Amino acid sequence: MKKSIITTIALVAFSMGFAQTAEERGLQIAKAAEEADLGFGSSTVELQMTLKNKNGQTSERFLENKTLELTEDGDKSLIVFNSPKDVKGTATLTFTHKVGSDDQWLYLPSIARVKRISSNNKSGPFVGSEFAYEDLSSQEVEKYSYKFLKEEGSNLIVEQDPVDPISGYTRRVVTYNKDKGYRIEKIEFYDRKNSLLKTLTYSDYKLYKDKFWRAGTFNMVNHQSNKETILKFSNYNFDAGLTDDDFTQVALKRAGN
Amino acid sequence: MKRIILFIIISFGYAFAKAQSETPKKVTHDFELELEGEYRYFYEDAQFSGQENHYPSLAIRPEYSAEWNKGYESINFKGFLRIDRDNVRTHWDIRELYYQKAKKNWELSIGLKKVYWGVAESNHLVDIINQTDAVESFDGEDKLGQPMAQFSWVTNDFGTFNFFYLPYHRKRTFAGEEGRLRFGVVIDKDDLGYESGAEEWRQDFAFRWKYFVGAFDIGLSHFYGNGREPLFVFTPTGDINAFYPVINQTGLDVQITHNAFLWKFESIYRHADAQDFLALVAGLEYTFSNIDGNGLDIGLLGEYLYDERDELALTTLQNDMFFGSRIAFNDVQDTSILLGGIKDLEQSSTIFSIEASRRFGSSWTAEIEARIFNDIDTSELILSNFQDDSFLRLSISRFF
Repeated sequence: MKKSIITTIALVAFSMGFAQTAEERGLQIAKAAEEADLGFGSSTVELQMTLKNKNGQTSERFLENKTLELTEDGDKSLIVFNSPKDVKGTATLTFTHKVGSDDQWLYLPSIARVKRISSNNKSGPFVGSEFAYEDLSSQEVEKYSYKFLKEEGSNLIVEQDPVDPISGYTRRVVTYNKDKGYRIEKIEFYDRKNSLLKTLTYSDYKLYKDKFWRAGTFNMVNHQSNKETILKFSNYNFDAGLTDDDFTQVALKRAGN
Repeated sequence: MKRIILFIIISFGYAFAKAQSETPKKVTHDFELELEGEYRYFYEDAQFSGQENHYPSLAIRPEYSAEWNKGYESINFKGFLRIDRDNVRTHWDIRELYYQKAKKNWELSIGLKKVYWGVAESNHLVDIINQTDAVESFDGEDKLGQPMAQFSWVTNDFGTFNFFYLPYHRKRTFAGEEGRLRFGVVIDKDDLGYESGAEEWRQDFAFRWKYFVGAFDIGLSHFYGNGREPLFVFTPTGDINAFYPVINQTGLDVQITHNAFLWKFESIYRHADAQDFLALVAGLEYTFSNIDGNGLDIGLLGEYLYDERDELALTTLQNDMFFGSRIAFNDVQDTSILLGGIKDLEQSSTIFSIEASRRFGSSWTAEIEARIFNDIDTSELILSNFQDDSFLRLSISRFF
């Protein structure tokens, strides 16, 4: 009897202290990060994208992004290009889904046409940059499986394996900062051959509405091509009060004109 | 044209007055200008007298927009001027000049505007609101500004309902005597009349319902008014009687987006007293994306085209297959190439086309286009006029 009590205590102690697997802990961290960012409602932001080739030559794009937070399904987003001037007014509307492929439309202002496009091209580069479409789409917990790797000070390092087989990555190694609302500090991307492809570093963080951490700079370095893309965010606005009506095909055309 | 200008002045006088009175708030102005130099070279000797081989040309495209009320109200302007060796192709147009107001789930536009309907690549059957600018390009994708009042109502569960009031009809322009891609007889647009007694001032209406669910995008439309395509009737004496009929046209367009596949279908049924017909285009596009891990996309396209008008189809696409490939490099310069061919399934006629474009620096772009009319069957009533009109086109644009 005594023995069995000791065993039980030991088992309980074990399951409390150690039984959480690395997979469970990884998922828990991703959920905590999602939880910490809940309730922003909607936001608008202006982006400056600088593309650097391996010789250091640069070219720039200016974009505007609107996001609508949804909880039952993935977020909605609308991106409008302001430059280069020949593509000014080109805009995309994306409905992210937690499970399954996203819905995406493209507006071409020169012929005033809205085109539904395939979201199958997630591993391809976004407008010639080092960001793939999947790097910029809404980060839903359901899109990865997780494995906790290690803790370094306030940083929690988690490996994320994309659920979708058409992803360009075998895995991403993500550094969360647990003292700063589980904001992401860094992501390392491993290609399909499992070699290090890119590193994305987040900096110039600001806290909005006392709750939402947003990085002012994303710096993506491609280690294989030595190319680099820098995204600078400005004029974050969490008070735009956007609704579903601002994320329709009618709104997409309006945004592009 | 004077009356269009009057219509515009009245609409905009109202919009400006409203903008001034209601909004001391932030108004965003935006001006942009494109200057284009173009060279078209027709490398075969002309079939008709007066036609040339070399057509240097210039185009100017100014754009202006003013937005206020957080972008929910705006005035938008797009102008166009082309100067060409063919004095009919030398033309100007107000592509767009409209006031727009959006509120929650509705949007209203008043003025000259461009509206695009449809999903197919090789032929744009359903698209009917705007008149085609037939002298500007061969593919029919350039359009004249259409005076309209458009009301869009977006519902949560039942899609978007669009209502169009179209108070004025604009005639299609055909190439002049010096121009290529014309018929043996030069058609002066002013010689073409209307079936309707109200002529260009016939008050026309259109409706379109657009719905999206899962992989499906569906559009159902109806147009009642002066047709955009003139109807050519051959009299027993051999004369051509051409006019704009009053038509009822119902259109359906569907796209199914599934993984890398886009399945496309467009169909119209057009009724006029002188003519009833059905036309359709059905096909698919499949894209191999990021093939080289560097962003190269290669899309394959195939579409079948049918038109019950047979050889009288102005589009010349009565029973044809289109095959093509869209190549996008997804590079910093947005380099892209579209290759295509349309093959008549009953006759030898084939049209090949290439369109390629690339940006240079941040404000220059270059485009190359080729259309090759190959082995055109002499019995083709319309296409036979273009059998020697294969051309190469180079254009360079500077954006300000």
